[in-house]
Amino acid sequence: MLAVIDYKMGNIRSVAKAFELLGADVIITSKAGDIEKAERLVLPGVGAFSDGMRNLKELNLINILNKEIVNNKKPFLGICLGMQLLAKESEEFGRHEGLGWVDAEIKGFKFENNKLKVPHVGWNNINIKKPNDLFGGIKNSAEFYFVHSYYMFCKEEIITADCDYGIRFAAAIRQDNIFATQFHPEKSQTTGLKLLNNFLNWKGL
Amino acid sequence: MIKTRIIPCLLLKDGRCVKGINFSNYRDVGHPITNAKIYDAQGADELIFLDIAASTEKRKILIDIVEKTADECFMPLTVGGGIRSLEDIGNLLRAGADKISVNTIALEDPKFISESSRKYGKQCIVVSIDYKLNDKKELEVFTHGGTKPAGKSPFDWAIEAANLGAGEILLTNIDKEGTRGGYDIGAIRKISDSVNIPIIASGGAGSLEDLKRGVEEGHASAVSLASILHFTDQNVIKARNYLSTHGIDVRTDA
Repeated sequence: MLAVIDYKMGNIRSVAKAFELLGADVIITSKAGDIEKAERLVLPGVGAFSDGMRNLKELNLINILNKEIVNNKKPFLGICLGMQLLAKESEEFGRHEGLGWVDAEIKGFKFENNKLKVPHVGWNNINIKKPNDLFGGIKNSAEFYFVHSYYMFCKEEIITADCDYGIRFAAAIRQDNIFATQFHPEKSQTTGLKLLNNFLNWKGL
Repeated sequence: MIKTRIIPCLLLKDGRCVKGINFSNYRDVGHPITNAKIYDAQGADELIFLDIAASTEKRKILIDIVEKTADECFMPLTVGGGIRSLEDIGNLLRAGADKISVNTIALEDPKFISESSRKYGKQCIVVSIDYKLNDKKELEVFTHGGTKPAGKSPFDWAIEAANLGAGEILLTNIDKEGTRGGYDIGAIRKISDSVNIPIIASGGAGSLEDLKRGVEEGHASAVSLASILHFTDQNVIKARNYLSTHGIDVRTDA
C-alpha cells in the first residue's frame, strides 16, 4: 500500500490518481495507523511553507513521519512543497523551521531587472547528475513541469538532477530512502508517470 | 531553459464547451473531458477551463468536470469562472486544479489577490484580465462577460495585480477574442515588459504565425488558443512544430 499524506495543502488528488492508474493500492490519509501500515509514503503539496508545517503539526503527523521515514526508512517521495518541507528552514514569509531531514534551506528566486519572471512556471529540462533507478527510462535532459517561486539550496552530494532557471537549482534530491522533486511528476504527462512508476518499484536503497 | 507554453483554453457553459466571438454568440464545441483528453494526447503544456456561466448553484458541474479531467489527464489545469471565496479556490484545488483564475472578485476586492496568494501560494493565483476599447476609445477592463466597465486600465490593473501577489496574468482582449485576427500584440508587450510575472496571451489567435508574434513581439510567456483549435485544421502538435521551427523554445519530448 502507498499512502499519500493529506495535510490539506493543495492538489493531492492528482498524485493519488496517477499512482492508481499505475496499478498501486493507494490511500489518501492523515492517520498514523495508515502511515504505519503503508509500504511507501508520498508527501505532495503546494502552498506556503509555514502553513504546510503548521498543518503537519496540527495533524500530529511529524512524529509518525519521522518514525516511518527517518527511522524505518520506508521509500519516500516528496513533491514540490513536499520536497521543501524536508529542509531545515525556509525564508518564505519570514524564517520558518522545516522537518530538517535534509541539510538544506529554502530560498526565493530573485533576479535583477526582472531578467526572469517569478514564479518559475512551465516545462523545463532537468539535467540528471546522478542516475538512479528513479530515473530509469527517462532521458538525461527530460522535460518536467515546474510551478514554484522558492527552491531548495543544499549540498551538491544529494542533488540527483538540477534545472536551469537563471541559476542552477535542485530539481530532484536523494538522501537514502528519501527522494524528492521540485517538479510535478503527476503533472508531467508520460515522463512524469514513468518516474512515478519507477518510485513504485524503488526499494529506497 | 523554461519553455514557451501552448495552452488550449476551454470555455464551459452548463457542462459543455462553447466558443463565441467578442464574448457573445456562443456555440457548442464539444464535451470538456473529450476535448481535454485530445489536448493532453497532443502534448498541450497546460489546460485552462473557464466557466462563463458559473454560479454557486452550478458550481458542482464545474467541480465534476475538473475531477474527471484530473483523473485522466496528468497535466497542469488552470480553472476559473465565478470564484467568490477562498473556499471556492480550496474546493477546485482539491478537485484536481493546480491554478485558479480569478477575475471579478479581484477587481471588487483587490486584497483577495494577496489573501489567496498568501494562502495557496503565489504560483496558484492567475489573475484574468478582460479588456476592450471603451466609448472614449481607451482600453478599459470589463467584467460580466464584457458588459460591465471596471473603471481601470488593463496596464494599471496588471501592475497592481502583480504587486498584490498574482502569480500570472491571463490577458484577453475582448475585441479580438474569437475573431482569429491575431493577438493584441501592443498591449501584451507593454504589460509583459512592465510586470515580473508570466503573461498568457489570449484572444485572437487564428494562425500559427499569430502564436509566434505573441511570443516574439508580445514577449508573452505562454499563448492561449481556442478558436484556432475548434474551427481550423490547426492543432497543438502543429503549433509546437511551427514555433520550434521558428526558433522558439518549446517542449520537444511531448
